[in-house]
Amino acid sequence: MKNITRTTVAAVLAAWLLVVLLGAGVAFAQSPTPAAAAAAPPTNAELAARLADVEAYVTNGTPKTLQSSGPGHNAWMMTSSALVLFMTLPGLALFYGGLVRRKNVLSVLAQCLGCAGLVTFLWWLIGYSLTFAPGSSILGGAKFAFLSGVSALPNPDYAAWVSQNVFAMYQLMFAIITPSLIVGAIAERMKYSAIMLFILLWMFIVYFPLAHMVWGVDGLMNGVWNAKAAIKAIDFAGGTVVHMSSGWSALTLCLILGKRKGWGSRAFLPHSLVLTMVGTGMLWVGWYGFNAGSAVAADGIAANAFMTTTIATAIACCVWPLLEWVTRGKPTVLGFCSGAVAGLVVITPATGFVNATGAVIVGVLAGAVPFLACTKLKSIFKYDDALDTFGVHGVGGTLGALVTGFLATPEVNANLNTNLAGIVRHTLWLEQLKAIGLTLVLSVGATALIASIVKAVIGLRPTLEGEEAGLDETDHGEVGYHYDEVAG
Amino acid sequence: MKKIEAIIKPFKLEEVKDRLRQVGVSGMTVYEVKGFGRTGGKTEVYRGSAYVVDFVPKVRIEVVVPDSMAADVVAAISAAAKTGKIGDGKIFVTPIEEAVRIRTGERNEDAI
Repeated sequence: MKNITRTTVAAVLAAWLLVVLLGAGVAFAQSPTPAAAAAAPPTNAELAARLADVEAYVTNGTPKTLQSSGPGHNAWMMTSSALVLFMTLPGLALFYGGLVRRKNVLSVLAQCLGCAGLVTFLWWLIGYSLTFAPGSSILGGAKFAFLSGVSALPNPDYAAWVSQNVFAMYQLMFAIITPSLIVGAIAERMKYSAIMLFILLWMFIVYFPLAHMVWGVDGLMNGVWNAKAAIKAIDFAGGTVVHMSSGWSALTLCLILGKRKGWGSRAFLPHSLVLTMVGTGMLWVGWYGFNAGSAVAADGIAANAFMTTTIATAIACCVWPLLEWVTRGKPTVLGFCSGAVAGLVVITPATGFVNATGAVIVGVLAGAVPFLACTKLKSIFKYDDALDTFGVHGVGGTLGALVTGFLATPEVNANLNTNLAGIVRHTLWLEQLKAIGLTLVLSVGATALIASIVKAVIGLRPTLEGEEAGLDETDHGEVGYHYDEVAG
Repeated sequence: MKKIEAIIKPFKLEEVKDRLRQVGVSGMTVYEVKGFGRTGGKTEVYRGSAYVVDFVPKVRIEVVVPDSMAADVVAAISAAAKTGKIGDGKIFVTPIEEAVRIRTGERNEDAI
């Protein structure tokens, strides 16, 4: 024992450690299930089936056995969800915020933020379920209340490769922005509590049923996917669900609410068209999530939507100020911003169904028709749609829904042949008209009812002094800008 | 001493300031204000709604000078601020009772 040096002991220990590590490495490299080493290699049929499912992931087809979300599609949809939220916070908030007088800028921001919070809560509670669970043709059931069962696995009713929780969050962003659009029409004279109560009721009576009818798997107006749809209409990203509903509801609400004090005799000027333009850019970029994301996949249809959104918006963005130049002598930045938003609105229902040329047609119409609506209707009918929600979203959404009926083509979107082969490029526009009619009646009727209820229960308007002082002070006790003040 | 108060078009401020310096005026106070006179405001159009905007942005200059300089200062401001178009503005002259330089305590003509 005396002859065994420290070096020898160290060498033996090192060798022992090496053997142990090598053995462990070999053990990890082997298949975890010992039985597998003895199992037969997969048959050609098994391999073909698995490969077919992988190809289905690539092409957004339906897999036969593979139950999983697909990383690419999920990534795109999560990105799209963030983009659509970005449209509200802060895109729309700044777009509208810049258009109101300085004393009301914070009220607009608070309304958008409040929508985000309130609608998210309702969505979790039962909103997602009422919209996307199977139920009746008018409203979904309670299967997904509290988002139970809404996991990372896809819901094949809506997407083969997108996690249902991602899909639910994506759709939530639509549910948030739709009521946020309404606040444009009633800006500067509706008190915060009334707005929040109105939106709470409006989501249940208008949005959840309407979205279910148009996009729910058993929806009354889901022409593309529901073979039993009573109205075989199409709406890719929400021309009826988002823009018509908010636009016509906005009109109804602003008529019941009444005009701002001093409307018609005093100048109500946008306090910052800079903010409005910043908001416009954010809306445009975010809208790629809104439109291309409505393919609920990172596929060729999304790619088409990306392209048509770009073309229609850019053209409308320039047509509107061009018309200003011709009729009034100068193109305005507000005209560029309004044109861009109008283009985005009108292409929304059509974006995944029309080709590039269709997008050009949409762009020209979107720059012209809402321009006429905004510049003529208010002066003729004398209603105070403060920020032209009806002129742009109501009129634009209606126009888009109708034009989609004429321009949709299965060459762009083969899904149109599933249930609509007989009527696409033929009488689809009649179905669109029916969808337009139903949407209009629901929006106007329900809004009239809800507004009357809210008016009776808590009242709609602030006091006259409160309105004159500005809603920032009256509803929120805050001032938007302090930088120009002398003291402090 | 006289206080000379002038309401002028904002873009004329630099020219007026330079002319006053030439005339020997060593200090002034300026304010951004809004106002209108006999000829009224202007029309702005936002999305088809035309508004008559009464209050137009202006700049108000105040200088305090010895009585002997007052006439020159009024003439200088008039010449520099004039464009010949409506909205050129107005000049008012008021007497000043007392003036104090805060840093040194100098009074009246030594203070301005």
